[in-house]
Amino acid sequence: MRITLRVWRQKNADAKGKMEKYKLDDVDEDMSFLEMLDVLNEKLILQGEDPVSFDHDCREGICGSCAMVINGTPHGPQKNTTTCQLHMRHFKDGDTIDVEPWRARAFPVIKDLVTDRSAFDQIIQAGGYVSVNTGSAPEAHATPVDKVSADDAFDAATCIGCGACVAACPNGSSMLFTAAKVTHLGLLPQGQPERQTRAISMLAKQDELDFGGCTNVGACAEVCPKGIPLASISRLNHDVLGATLAGARAD
Amino acid sequence: MVLTQQRNIVTRTWGSSVGKKFVMAVTGVIFLLYVIAHMIGNLKIFFGQETFDAYSEHLRTLGAEIFGYEGVLWIIRVVLLASVVLHMAAAFSLWYKAKRARPVGYQHKGHQGSYAARTMRWGGVIIALFVIWHILDLTLGTVNPDPAGGAYAKLVASFDRPIVAIFYIVAMVALSFHISHGLWSGIQTLGGNSAVKQHALKSFSIVVGVVIAVGFAIIPVSVMFGLVR
Repeated sequence: MRITLRVWRQKNADAKGKMEKYKLDDVDEDMSFLEMLDVLNEKLILQGEDPVSFDHDCREGICGSCAMVINGTPHGPQKNTTTCQLHMRHFKDGDTIDVEPWRARAFPVIKDLVTDRSAFDQIIQAGGYVSVNTGSAPEAHATPVDKVSADDAFDAATCIGCGACVAACPNGSSMLFTAAKVTHLGLLPQGQPERQTRAISMLAKQDELDFGGCTNVGACAEVCPKGIPLASISRLNHDVLGATLAGARAD
Repeated sequence: MVLTQQRNIVTRTWGSSVGKKFVMAVTGVIFLLYVIAHMIGNLKIFFGQETFDAYSEHLRTLGAEIFGYEGVLWIIRVVLLASVVLHMAAAFSLWYKAKRARPVGYQHKGHQGSYAARTMRWGGVIIALFVIWHILDLTLGTVNPDPAGGAYAKLVASFDRPIVAIFYIVAMVALSFHISHGLWSGIQTLGGNSAVKQHALKSFSIVVGVVIAVGFAIIPVSVMFGLVR
């Protein structure tokens, strides 16, 4: 396959970036998107040029590192798939592919396609946990969990925190991420004591970090590689509404 | 550790992005109920001038024993005006927050989300401008060719101008998009959605949006085609 790439190149956080064009003549359709970028980088290194920086780690769709917007869609055209699991067979010979970093104030570009996504860590620190006493582990069957809640909680727990929801959202909102965490923990008995404060604390942190507000556009759920349902946001809203009316506070 | 202040319910609500959405959802429900009542009232035009003008007068004398002439109407107007102010203030605040959240845009624009969802903001602006014109035209009569006429006479005189009738119909299309997204979005904001209900809720909202738009737009169309004179 012959592919023309237009990749966002930016030397560092403060530099002004621009799209650079690269031609690849020997792309195999069985290559993953990242392998294709590896081939480009080998070529660039041989030519003495700076290779394209991009985040990657597991390359099996579970770490959430491979953040890039491909032709305007985070993680590219294949539904429920991370960039690393996207294969070149989903493109045609002669295609021009635009590759850009996530775009959000809360995710500043560090270099090329690499963004700083530690804002998500801060949202988690604000409430994405359950408090348990250390010591002897409780008997697993002591706290029954019904099947539906367990399944829904697990579905939400598949969120890998890649940030595609933020990248796709026209408002730059991280609601789907926060909603996935709130759903995951709030559906389980262990998450009940902190359920209300978790919702308002994580939301307050998200607002503070300059993520946008949700307007239920649904772009997030369309691009989510883990298929987190848009309705999770309704559960977050439900908990926030309850906490707001009740005057729950975290301090 | 920084202690968050114990705030009252107003600042608690307005202080968060979701709180602002609650305000938009609740005021949106008020608009929706009003718009449905308004549409049903408007359809009385097909029962003739006498019925329509009598309905218009009835609205003014409704509850007059307690609230005085036009009293109920004024209560509705004040509630609607307050709702508009809150709805728009929350919308502009979230619009500003969204602009701030993405200082650098994409070179290759994606198109995720429905058309209705992506046009909520400008659609809302169009509806707001339309409402101003609508009040000047049919309530105050300032821009109406027959300002001294009754409700029926003003309506026919207004829609006899094709441009005005077409603007009205375009505004109703904008309204139907706004409701199609706004209704289910409001339910989602108030915590009433689930993955199971999602599809049904979206379809229901589209039906409500289309029914309301058709219910309104049928009147200028009828005037243009001479069915209502």
